[in-house]
Amino acid sequence: MGGEPYLSTPINLGDVLLAVSKGVIAFVVLLVSVMLMVWFERKVVGRLQNRLGPNIAGPFGILQTLADGIKLFFKEDLIPSKSDRFVFQLAPYLSLIPAFLTFIVVPIGGDFSNGANGSVTIAGRETFLQVADVPVGVLFFLAMSSLGVYGVMLAGWSSGSKYPLLGSVRASAQAISYEAALGLSLASVLLVSGTLSTNGIVQAQAVGGYGGYLPNWNVIATAFVPFVVFLIAGTAELNRPPFDMVEAEQELVGGFHTEYSSIRFGLFFLAEFMNTVTMSAIIVTLFFGGPSGPNFGFLPGWLWGFVWFFSKLLVFLFVFVWFRATLPRLRYDQLMNLGWKVLIPISLGWLLVLGSIRLARNGLLDFTTSSTKDTIIVLAGALGIGLAAGLLLMAAISTARSDRLAEHGYRETSGKAN
Amino acid sequence: MGYLEGFAVTLNKWAEGVTTKQYRGGKGGSSDEKVPKPTRAHGRHVLNRYENGMEKCIGCELCAAVCPAKCIYVRGADNPEQDPKSPGERFGFTYEINYLRCIHCDLCVEACPTEAITETKLFEFSFTSREDAVYTKDELLVGDDGKPKEQPWEDWRPGEDEHTSGWMRATAPGGRSDYEGVVGWSDELGYGVRNPEIGQSGDSAESDHDPDADTHSQNSDQGHGGGH
Repeated sequence: MGGEPYLSTPINLGDVLLAVSKGVIAFVVLLVSVMLMVWFERKVVGRLQNRLGPNIAGPFGILQTLADGIKLFFKEDLIPSKSDRFVFQLAPYLSLIPAFLTFIVVPIGGDFSNGANGSVTIAGRETFLQVADVPVGVLFFLAMSSLGVYGVMLAGWSSGSKYPLLGSVRASAQAISYEAALGLSLASVLLVSGTLSTNGIVQAQAVGGYGGYLPNWNVIATAFVPFVVFLIAGTAELNRPPFDMVEAEQELVGGFHTEYSSIRFGLFFLAEFMNTVTMSAIIVTLFFGGPSGPNFGFLPGWLWGFVWFFSKLLVFLFVFVWFRATLPRLRYDQLMNLGWKVLIPISLGWLLVLGSIRLARNGLLDFTTSSTKDTIIVLAGALGIGLAAGLLLMAAISTARSDRLAEHGYRETSGKAN
Repeated sequence: MGYLEGFAVTLNKWAEGVTTKQYRGGKGGSSDEKVPKPTRAHGRHVLNRYENGMEKCIGCELCAAVCPAKCIYVRGADNPEQDPKSPGERFGFTYEINYLRCIHCDLCVEACPTEAITETKLFEFSFTSREDAVYTKDELLVGDDGKPKEQPWEDWRPGEDEHTSGWMRATAPGGRSDYEGVVGWSDELGYGVRNPEIGQSGDSAESDHDPDADTHSQNSDQGHGGGH
């Protein structure tokens, strides 16, 4: 699996044109969706705070982003004299390009019903509705989302100013803590799907289903926990509230982009919202079946793919906005605690349990002659080990805490937790 | 789950609807809706006149002296013998307030010995030049009907020009609660001697002038920064 059908034959000029035009179309779609996303976010956050949000520019204020973008374009472009000029000018692009590149592996449409592989035929060439079906699509996503942090980090470092520097230090620490949880929760999906290609992952979710009613989505197949971990780690990866420590307007005056102005700031802004759209699209692809969904007829099959994809996407865009409207920013040590002490152990343990269960159900463990009994043994063992590990972790944390208190001359009264 | 309750709170905000009013300073046409301001809101100043048309200002410059933002410029002059502007010896010859500086603390209103300067609840200051920002005596002085003069950038609603001294009349002289609801001010052009605003406790009527009846409910009220 993996690889576009039209590229399996010798490549001619038409293939190149198709690839280029897909790239251009994806770029335009992404830019327009970012424009709408900024408007959507401001509108929804407004309503969640008893406000109206933008409502003057265009119908329902939908052109507000355009107006802001034009304004940013004509602002004075300032480069601080203490900055590293070259890196300072490079950083916004380092942030923007990975944000766009992630999007190319997301299948945004196509007919996946009845075992179809989601391909459409354009000018005699069979192709998927994504810019490229990279055989290692998921790894590509991980690589690009890690590269995105370089833009933020170098922006802060090259500004020659203290707040941006603090922001960029936070960005790199945050990326390290959450990249691991992101990758580990993603590994559960790969275990279930058995492929790294995003098209393959969607295909695997399009067929079958539980009891004929529930879709065969990875969120169910991996038993929900990896999805929750991925959602939290993804929010942290996006530097969105409640994990927007990197910007933290109240503490860091905007963090890494404090010194940026004009369109350079606009590019960061664009990259941030592009990442939000892309991350939502990745969540939909990995856990919610991407463009797959029931085909009710009366529309061509590939159009149903768009309908399902964009309606699922909208749900997650709303969720991210809802997060922002609801949750206050975490303290920095809480962020680190959550990443290292909660998310990484949970996702790692869950991956091991899922793997063991698969082995047991395939009858490969040979504890007993029955694979059902094997599964029960694995589940019970996992539960026991998880409980023991949890208690051990709690004990370690409380010991470390009392040691730390003793070091500073405090003695914790016995029998009082916390 | 305490963590998830917050999500319901924000969603309920959506169901509550919006509190935003579509106010665009008179540019919004029929949907131009103004949030009602309390009658004691600190807005722009007016210079009051007595019922006989005399100006109350005597040019003592106490308002300028007390102003923390130094936004008031007053110069007094001797009253002309034949055509006195104010009942006293002197009158306010020049009176300017710079609204780029004014913080609407109303200390000038407290300092004024003749209740000449009070604040209305009018709040529109969307002028576009410094000349417009400095209100001169002509602009501040109430008209012959006792109403403030409307500036070109102001967007009034019916009745908004009537509350020219609400805050002053709501405040007991010297900050003493004994004088809550007691008339301690002179007459005003167009209105005569105006009744006190409803007391700070909110329940005493405008016509209730008996200080003894009010004292029991006023003791816990906040002070007004006056001299004790």
